[in-house]
Amino acid sequence: MRRLLWPAAVLVLLLALNVFFTPSFLAIQVRDGHLYGSLIDILRFGAPLILVALGMTLVIATGGIDLSVGSVVAISGALACLRISEDAGVLAAVAPALGLCLLLGAWNGFLVAGVGIQPIIATLILMVAGRGLAQLITGGQIITVNDEAYKMIGGGYWLTVPFGVLIVLAVLAITAFLTRRLALGMLIESVGGNAEASRLAGIRSRGIIVMVYAFAALCAGVAGLMISSNVSSADGNNAGLWIELDAILAVVIGGTSLAGGRFSLAGTVLGALIIQTLTTTVYSIGVPPETTLLFKALVVTAVCLIQSPSFRAKVFRRRGGTAPPAAVAEEKARVREEVPPDGVRS
Amino acid sequence: MSTMTLGRAAVPVRYLPVLVTGCLLVAMFVAGGIRYEGFAHGQVVLNVFIDNAFLLVVAVGMTFVILTGGIDLSVGSVVALSTMVAAGLMAGPGWPPYVVIPLVLAIGSGLGLVMGYIVHAFDIQPFIVTLAGMFLARGLCYTIGTDSIPIQDATFTAFAQTRIDLFADLWISPSVVIAVVVVLVAAYVLHYTRLGRSVYATGGNEQSAMLMGLPVGRTKIAVYTISGFCSALGGVLLSFYMLSGYGLHAVGMELDAIAAVVIGGTLLTGGSGFLFGTVLGVLVLGLIQTIISFQGTLSSWWTKIFIGLLLFVFILLQRLFSARSRR
Repeated sequence: MRRLLWPAAVLVLLLALNVFFTPSFLAIQVRDGHLYGSLIDILRFGAPLILVALGMTLVIATGGIDLSVGSVVAISGALACLRISEDAGVLAAVAPALGLCLLLGAWNGFLVAGVGIQPIIATLILMVAGRGLAQLITGGQIITVNDEAYKMIGGGYWLTVPFGVLIVLAVLAITAFLTRRLALGMLIESVGGNAEASRLAGIRSRGIIVMVYAFAALCAGVAGLMISSNVSSADGNNAGLWIELDAILAVVIGGTSLAGGRFSLAGTVLGALIIQTLTTTVYSIGVPPETTLLFKALVVTAVCLIQSPSFRAKVFRRRGGTAPPAAVAEEKARVREEVPPDGVRS
Repeated sequence: MSTMTLGRAAVPVRYLPVLVTGCLLVAMFVAGGIRYEGFAHGQVVLNVFIDNAFLLVVAVGMTFVILTGGIDLSVGSVVALSTMVAAGLMAGPGWPPYVVIPLVLAIGSGLGLVMGYIVHAFDIQPFIVTLAGMFLARGLCYTIGTDSIPIQDATFTAFAQTRIDLFADLWISPSVVIAVVVVLVAAYVLHYTRLGRSVYATGGNEQSAMLMGLPVGRTKIAVYTISGFCSALGGVLLSFYMLSGYGLHAVGMELDAIAAVVIGGTLLTGGSGFLFGTVLGVLVLGLIQTIISFQGTLSSWWTKIFIGLLLFVFILLQRLFSARSRR
């Protein structure tokens, strides 16, 4: 739980900053049977990012990284909107889009686990080609659709709660159950700790790696549906642009190490919320929105520095200035120590 | 050194990726020359250089970083920031170019230096640090201004319009000369100086390099500084080319630069690769665009799909080579 302390503190700080500038920030109202309020907006607009970051967490836990999720977001939105513009039903539009995403994710996983290419490069291929593919699907145009049921995914409400938030909660619950109640999470961490050793120990490393990439792409696909349904259009060029970077940031801010071997779903959700709150904060305290990136850079640097063991050693001089062991060694050691018997951590 | 025999000549394995890229480049040019009228002309090749001079300079910096096993995601934003600062300072307070250009180069190098220092001193992944740098530089662009700023300075426009005539009606722009000089200097540094050898050693195995007493920390800081400098210079060249400063210039250029380096045969794990390969990689990317514009019926997004496919093929080849050389 101590690992979640810093991200949580940053989030609280950001929220406090908002309350300071706009005292009514925390107010939540029910209007027309919908929940309204800044906090709800953060959740609603942050939903796609949380989803993408959840998938990314598992990929990073295996020691990989997935740069292609932004392109997958664009592809999924493009295909779904194309199908709807061809008068297909929502299900007939969503199913092939998500199917294609699964396929693309499995392709990434195959390149990483089957061919043995470094994850950052393997997914770079789809990151570059995927944008082209999305534009190929939309024909270089922005497809606008007008479908009430499709609009529901990203912009609708169900039982007063934004539908997108419900989707996120469902995915989060399923993921948390699969990884923390079943052995799957431990297997993923073990593959991230040492894929070869895990294989020798009888874990199907390759299968697990393919699975996490497919899962990440599926999450990105759902996020793509949300984003395109929220604006009722698909833009192959700009949908989900840089969302992979935001997602990786969310994961890192949440305390998951890029070296792999351990992960924290709760941390990732916190990280994604921090990024979304930051964007909202910039708008609400009246700073020009163009400077959002500047703030993001500062927060990222600050959070990463605080989490870096050597920075803490240099600045805070804990325990009489003895330098902690190198970061990598510490991570690997922790994997063994920290796995609790019941496997519940998130 | 393991070798592979091609016919009767034995070629060291480390040259193979560059050779493959070279063959591909020639094949693309020949195929283009056969298919399209007016393609097999010296000026077509020179135009590839002219249109990609800034990318070449940026990719040179990226090669240094990737050779040490790092990555620099900030290059595109630093290019944009450089065009923005140059245009802003000349349009607003009306500073002369000979003050603005050194200042821009200093800003780029400074950003690189800071990122390199954070990477080295605090053990944070280069990926994340340069990502923050990318956000910072883009954010700074937008704080300078959200609109495109035209450059009307006489020196800049003169630079943009100058043609250096070569023999037989062929010409190049001054930017190409600068890019070629950068490539030559960088190649010299990489192969004939202490810094260059430390770069390869650090990328090959950081631990061993450190145990050998090489200044690993200083090398790492140096490569990010070089990359920052190259990006800033690339930005200056881009502002010659575009004659404007804009926060949305060079979006995604970091990907092009990384793709060029990978297609050029440099391993992303570091320690192996050649600057000449990067030059070939940039030319391959440029030639793809040329072919697509000659074809006329293909839309611009096919460029991305082709680059993706090429990346795939080359990464697969690298994989094959490295698997073979280990045996």
